[in-house]
Amino acid sequence: MYTLGIDIGSTSSKAVILQDGAVLAAHVVEPLGTGTVGPERALKKVFELCGLSQQDINYTVVTGYGRMNCDYADEQISELSCHAKGIHFLLPTVHTVIDIGGQDAKALSITDKGQLTAFQMNDKCAAGTGRFLDVMARVLNVEISELGPLSQKSSHPVGISNTCTVFAESEVISQLSSNVPIEDIAAGIHSSVAKRVAGMSLRLDRTPDVAMSGGVALNIGVVHAMEQEMGCHILVDPLCQSAGAIGAAVLAWEKRRKGEVDDHE
Amino acid sequence: MIMSEQTTAAETAAAAPAPKPKRPKPKSMILLGEQTQTLFDNAQLAKERGEKVGWSASIFPQEIAETLGLNVLYPENHAAGIAARHQADPFLQECEGPLGYSNDLCAYAKLNLAYAAVLNGESVVELPDGGKMVKPDFLLLTNNICNQLTKWYENLARQMDIPIFFIDTCYNPYDYVTESRVRYVRAQIDQLIQDLCAFTGKSWDEERFQRVMQISQRNSYLWERANDLLDRKPSPLSGFELFNYMSAMVCNRGKESSTAVLEQLNAEIEQHIAEGTSTFPVEEQFRVSWDGIACWPYLSHNLRTLKKYGINMVASSYGKAWAIEYEDLDGMARAYCFASTNGDNATTMISRRLEALQKFGCEGTIYHVNRSCKVMDCQMMEVQRQLSQLAGVPFTSFDGDQADYRNYSEAQFETRIQGLVEVMEQNKEAKRND
Repeated sequence: MYTLGIDIGSTSSKAVILQDGAVLAAHVVEPLGTGTVGPERALKKVFELCGLSQQDINYTVVTGYGRMNCDYADEQISELSCHAKGIHFLLPTVHTVIDIGGQDAKALSITDKGQLTAFQMNDKCAAGTGRFLDVMARVLNVEISELGPLSQKSSHPVGISNTCTVFAESEVISQLSSNVPIEDIAAGIHSSVAKRVAGMSLRLDRTPDVAMSGGVALNIGVVHAMEQEMGCHILVDPLCQSAGAIGAAVLAWEKRRKGEVDDHE
Repeated sequence: MIMSEQTTAAETAAAAPAPKPKRPKPKSMILLGEQTQTLFDNAQLAKERGEKVGWSASIFPQEIAETLGLNVLYPENHAAGIAARHQADPFLQECEGPLGYSNDLCAYAKLNLAYAAVLNGESVVELPDGGKMVKPDFLLLTNNICNQLTKWYENLARQMDIPIFFIDTCYNPYDYVTESRVRYVRAQIDQLIQDLCAFTGKSWDEERFQRVMQISQRNSYLWERANDLLDRKPSPLSGFELFNYMSAMVCNRGKESSTAVLEQLNAEIEQHIAEGTSTFPVEEQFRVSWDGIACWPYLSHNLRTLKKYGINMVASSYGKAWAIEYEDLDGMARAYCFASTNGDNATTMISRRLEALQKFGCEGTIYHVNRSCKVMDCQMMEVQRQLSQLAGVPFTSFDGDQADYRNYSEAQFETRIQGLVEVMEQNKEAKRND
């Protein structure tokens, strides 16, 4: 049985095809989010990768910010449950998940089976999200993927005190004009994100293991800063950016299987 | 997304299925509408007769003005109405712009200060209700609900050169009231009555006060009873509807017209119980409690989203704040030391909410983190944590505002609600499998 999980985020689209809820047949990350051609491209590519077509898919679950506007999925489920399930699939020992997405951050408590039991989310502000990092990378004139390695060269991280993205941007420009080394600014930016997200995460029980999910988890600088703020080791799977789509595909498989069992009954 | 005070069509469509024909208004709502109209009409007529008209804080012993036969209007209630009708924007702009107030101020205050400036001839903003909130001659104030009210009213008083009749209920960190505090508040009530009589030319009639108190207590009982009847499963009422009836308690607690509204409401609820019907338009799949002031600008979006997931809000700490019990002036003094959730300590807040969660069979709680009311937000995080542990009930919180439409995201609200539903559904399934 093949199931499809799609995560239509605010800045990227992810698609995953799973065989029998256990084998990852294909996965794609397209750097364009809801309201763009991103979801369509991700879908096309994921089918191309595994040589399957829509007819081969038994059940589809869509998640993410753009989930309400996807009419080809059988069901839409919140990104909270999908990231919980996706991280459980990738890292089964995890009980606390921190997902930093394009425009929101979440901390999740999950059971041994990957079920969501409690969660906290950031407030409406973009500080502590992927969008914040995008803006800062642009100001520093580096690619977003370079921000993490750059910050690891820092010897004297600066403090970025503003939580408002616009004010923090001004603060970074001011640091640049004072000739502060760019790596120290990058480290300060990561610390700023980590402080905000860790503060929210610490409201949960924080049962080990702790993992990060979402595209921002690929940024080694943020992960290290989060470890420092939370005082624990944080697991990161290389497929962390696809965790929501993987979770959607796992939930699609569980739903379909349950439906078949119910039909037999 | 560009913030607009109007809900967008696309967002509405995402949150709600095809619209159904509207059901006819229940008689209690018609009575309530008439009562509200009468309140404003009477204030207007009194003004025209040259009588003094007041504005009052929402948790002020209304029976004092009622006994004296004074016409009093309620800025907080009025501001909530403006916000709910999506008419707040020009007032917010006026307040933060030409009037120079901070964006961080309570949005009820921002709306009312701008409205008052128009009445006072200092600002030009079209009044969507034609100025039915007539210019006051005096202000009635207690500080048990919030301290920002004191500065807001002080500014109104200076702006319009009118007096404030004020009762300082003093900060109360305990879950009981000491007799010295009762004496302190009682002495102020006595003085306030004397001063108000002197200012308005009215006189205090003890017999009339007793009659008003009887009506007021009957209304408190009926209000609490209407709230309590939502403990039936499924609930006979969509819980959000009770928010609409709050004006009967906030503005008209000592009036027989409120008795008529609330008796009718109770009768309608009882009829629903007897017939096994409900005003909640879909199957009640989940029952939740609501913590915090209503998010008036997005009340319909809140309701539509909850309805989409079969969630009925059956218990609220907000509405019940007006079910205040006291029989005489000493009782009044004692009650007003405690009449607001903002005056409760965390222990009291948690025990009251725990009792409500259990009584109403709630499976989750929704916390409105209200940008306007930072005092209310102060204890919310800790209340969430402790209450969730004690009751074993999940929760979610969302950012919003009681009257400023700019502090809310419809998409983020729905994601949080959907997450809560997914946790509540798992809990249900776990119980079924036990």
